[in-house]
Amino acid sequence: MANSYDVPRVPSVDKIAADERAAKFKTRSIKKEAKLKGLKLVISMIDLTTLEGQDTPGKVRMLCRKARRPMLQEGLPTVGAVCVYPPMVPVAVEELKGTDINIAAVATYFPSGQAGLGERIDEVKRTVEAGANEIDMVISRGAFLAGEYTRIYDEVAATKEACGDAHLKVILETGELQTYDNVRLASQIAIDAGADFIKTSTGKVSPKATMPVTLVMLETIRDHFLKTGQMVGMKPAGGISSAKLALRYLAMVKETLGDAWLDPDWFRFGASSLLNDVLMQIEKQRTGRYHSERYLSIS
Amino acid sequence: MAKAKNTNRLDVYKTFKLYIGGAFPRTESGRYITEETHKGAFVANICRASRKDFRDAVVAARSAHGGWAARTPFNRSQILHRMAEMLESRRHGFEHALRERAGYSKADAGAEVDAAIDRLLWYGGWADKFVQVFGATNPVASPHFNFTIPESTGVLATLAPKDAPLLGLVTSFAPLIVSGNTVVAIVDHDHRSIAIDFAEILHCSDLPAGVINILTGYRDEVLDHIGGHRDVDGIAVFDATAEERKSIGIEAADTVKRVHFYDTPKGGDWTADEAQSPYWILPFVEFKTAWHPMGY
Repeated sequence: MANSYDVPRVPSVDKIAADERAAKFKTRSIKKEAKLKGLKLVISMIDLTTLEGQDTPGKVRMLCRKARRPMLQEGLPTVGAVCVYPPMVPVAVEELKGTDINIAAVATYFPSGQAGLGERIDEVKRTVEAGANEIDMVISRGAFLAGEYTRIYDEVAATKEACGDAHLKVILETGELQTYDNVRLASQIAIDAGADFIKTSTGKVSPKATMPVTLVMLETIRDHFLKTGQMVGMKPAGGISSAKLALRYLAMVKETLGDAWLDPDWFRFGASSLLNDVLMQIEKQRTGRYHSERYLSIS
Repeated sequence: MAKAKNTNRLDVYKTFKLYIGGAFPRTESGRYITEETHKGAFVANICRASRKDFRDAVVAARSAHGGWAARTPFNRSQILHRMAEMLESRRHGFEHALRERAGYSKADAGAEVDAAIDRLLWYGGWADKFVQVFGATNPVASPHFNFTIPESTGVLATLAPKDAPLLGLVTSFAPLIVSGNTVVAIVDHDHRSIAIDFAEILHCSDLPAGVINILTGYRDEVLDHIGGHRDVDGIAVFDATAEERKSIGIEAADTVKRVHFYDTPKGGDWTADEAQSPYWILPFVEFKTAWHPMGY
């Protein structure tokens, strides 16, 4: 295990400026054809998620069918991925056979990450073997807050190795990192250790994804790209349940990272109820009448 | 000892906003309607609600429906009673508003406030009785108990009467919420400010946020959107014109929405007995029949 990692010196974040900059994106209004295009893009970027203790194979099957065909209307994209707990991966593999939809699984003792590295690595390997091609790992927030940055680097690097060809998304659980400076540093460590995506939250801790925190992470990705030419993906997760908010995130991505990141390969939303709101907005665009969630399947 | 009036003091005017989800937001449209007294004096700029305000109000009403319908009828009754109490405690303000803004005589203003208070109490009393009166135990030819029970329809839009600024509004929602429905009331007449004054009564009556939402504006601007909105289960219409009946009927048919046109009492007298009835609860309930085995 590498003990030679030099903890990077990251620029400190001006909290007031970050909050103000993020708030500016809330004033944007996207209408008509651009809105419709944006809504379809949002669908393709959703990691349709169910991470509940009460998840059953039946619920995961239903979710996979919704992922394949979000609603009856033709011409809508499939979602980016279905995100489940490791024991549900075989169910998703069976249901999503023959599609391009990715199977994401939360491994490394999600959501707390409170287990030894060996156990966490074993879970990642088992999950990948079961058919997951995206692994969402959690970092040890306690270790990070205790200043054990090298340990975080080593854990992410070891998990990346265990993933093999599967993509690794590193969940920082920003709601527990306390400051934007910590978010910036944790993002940089995860990227240095080989993260394919950095992700805000598990969805189990409040605050979940917020626009300022996502902006800080996007700026880390941008600075890393400008320095190395290497692209890293971003996934805000938790609390993004309206189409309007999702479109504001897209505006933020476009203006921080550029068009190249407006692609499901580089940007995802971790969400469940977001999909139905997007579908309702698409129906509103199509019919001119406000839609009801009661006409849609549960997500 | 009385002090001399400060002649340099500036009056502080109230801003009349909408009532959505237990809050008082401005209209998202930024538009307004200038309200004047019956003598032409300026009262206030009143929010001119848009289709988006209606959309937001429906979201609030939908969110409130499950909890409101699940309350015990007795509790719904208590809350209507509380509204009556609050209105009684502020009756002088409403009588003054009816006289100064709408040109009522002192007697007429008092009669309208009396009737509004009494109507809230009266429908509150029906909360735990209409199920007994309109429900049934049905004789069936099998070993089952068979019950038919009225339940709330869901989220309703109610187009309040064009007269009686206070009593009309009360009449437009009381028979609807008593069964567990939640409502978005559209107020379109010359004295809309009184409806927003009344929203302050609702706000301090233990009424859960979103059960009653009040939008001031023009009916014809939002009519199509009310009719076509798929998350609205029914529309209660008071003082409907022939054109409104046709327009609402066409839009509502597409979503198989329940529509009921309430009769205007003779001479537009909303204090009359014919302007309240337990049968006014019935257009917006659904009858559920349950079969229960007798056990032998």
